Amino acid sequence: MERCERKTLTMGNIAVAEGAIQAGCRAYFGYPITPQNEIPEYLSRRLPEVGGIFLQAESELASINMVLGASAAGTRVMTSSSGPGISLMQEGISFLAGSQLPAVIVNVMRCGPGLGGIKPTQADYFQATRGGGHGDYRTLVLAPNNVQEMFDFTVRAFELADKYRNPVLILADAILGQMKEPATLVPEYPPLDFDKTDWILNGAHQRPARNLRSMYLEDDDQEDLNYVLQRKYERMEQDEPLAEERWTEDAGLLVVAFGTSARVARAAVTQARNEGIRAGVFRPITLYPYPRAALRALGERIKRMLVVEMNCGQMLEDVLAIVPPDVEVRFHGRPGGGVPTPDEILEKIKES
Amino acid sequence: METKVFARPKSLTDVTTHYCPGCGHGVVHRLVAEAIDHFGLRDNTVGVASAGCSVMMYKYFDVDTLEAAHGRALATATGIKRTHPDLTVFTYQGDGDLASIGLAETIHAANRGEKITAIFVNNAVYGMTGGQMAPTTLPGQKTSTTPAGRTKAREGSPLRMAEMLSQLDGVAFCQRVAVYDPDQIYEAREAIFRAFETQLEGLGFAFVEVLSACPTNMRMKPIDGQHWVEESMCKFYPLGTFKDDDA
Repeated sequence: MERCERKTLTMGNIAVAEGAIQAGCRAYFGYPITPQNEIPEYLSRRLPEVGGIFLQAESELASINMVLGASAAGTRVMTSSSGPGISLMQEGISFLAGSQLPAVIVNVMRCGPGLGGIKPTQADYFQATRGGGHGDYRTLVLAPNNVQEMFDFTVRAFELADKYRNPVLILADAILGQMKEPATLVPEYPPLDFDKTDWILNGAHQRPARNLRSMYLEDDDQEDLNYVLQRKYERMEQDEPLAEERWTEDAGLLVVAFGTSARVARAAVTQARNEGIRAGVFRPITLYPYPRAALRALGERIKRMLVVEMNCGQMLEDVLAIVPPDVEVRFHGRPGGGVPTPDEILEKIKES
Repeated sequence: METKVFARPKSLTDVTTHYCPGCGHGVVHRLVAEAIDHFGLRDNTVGVASAGCSVMMYKYFDVDTLEAAHGRALATATGIKRTHPDLTVFTYQGDGDLASIGLAETIHAANRGEKITAIFVNNAVYGMTGGQMAPTTLPGQKTSTTPAGRTKAREGSPLRMAEMLSQLDGVAFCQRVAVYDPDQIYEAREAIFRAFETQLEGLGFAFVEVLSACPTNMRMKPIDGQHWVEESMCKFYPLGTFKDDDA
């Protein structure tokens, strides 16, 4: 359905924050860190307007565990941070996954390792797509590439979190967080609600007492929990992979990139097409579950691929594992805050 | 005519606990359950468990319970209470959880005046992991990681949590009690009742530190563990009410 609502010039971080409000998020707990501070600042004003709770926590450790408490009691809740803060949150994300609790976590990435800088990067791909904390678990990961998607994917993230009772990550970067673009701040459709009455902790009124936990010491209970989780991840891998394809029908070369890199890649491929080079773009939107089937199918007929990332080759490992062995895969990466230019990528396209 | 004069609180399940002989957890569980019953909170309460021996309190309390990460019980409880102010929320934490790994979460929740009841069981050792030094291990006390005894020069002095927290504006009720004999258990019962009442009255953060024995890890007979709490712990950790905004 075409949306005809008025567009407003909106910053990416604000789009995330308003998306949360529109999705029914009614609690935010977070700790300041650049380049995502507009999210808590906006929500500190906006949440009370809709009867929600905003609380600046003493640390990211506290933030994510406040999120866990609010989620266990049934509230749609989120936090946001960047690199070092997201690292601190891994404990809580693991607990959310193990306790099967929904939450939305926004990572507006900054460079690492360590404190790193605040320039745009995609260095947290491994951390986001491999679980990130301890234990055998996964988080759903959505990668927007413009301000409209910062809004839309945030709304969608709350639905997915509740649907699977699992943490969902939005993986963005400083460009997506800080730039302003026209965007429609009304959801495409009313956000879906999921019945939580059979698992939340809200007092054992006219029902037996409940417990939510991630530790099971007896017999094979812990192994059983892990199989329950794995079955859930299989359902996600079946139903949720999402990708965008451009100019793939006749492409002889495929550029594979997500988020900001995909945007730059699209500009490069447009230029390549103008010069008569038949290139296409494959942009994974869900980084977990990765759109494996779609990429594998493309790999059956497109035998040259160029992976472009703002890191030293993290998604590259997934691409190499997915495509048929006769596909020639090249890589162009810029780590530590470097952003590839369209010309740079065009040159690599010509070399590939 | 026979009259029932003693019964299990409704908020406790009818099972045998895994706690060791002489351990204070069973008694403290009972006192918390009595408070929940007394104020009619059984179907309106969420308890937050911490990592440690009491992590399995969900088996013993017949109320909704949530397992928090080590040290984060008061952050987790904050998330529940802020979003559901009508629920009664309590944490049940040991010394390693509340005073070591979770010290930041403890101080900030207390300072914000979260309307939560925190039950802090101080037994001067890490119980579940086998008797290592706790932040509250006494000077000179031997543990599995202080084989020659804790020293001020090496490990620093023990933290007196009740005294520390009573300095914070957000704390409305703060008392240290012990459970080594029946008289003390009655005192502890009163304090825990007051701590729940403080939350119900919306006064602020309520804190009860309970000195309790861990005879297993102290390599003591159960009765000697009680004597050790009375004679050694109470000397370093004076019992008493440090703050009661409603008094």
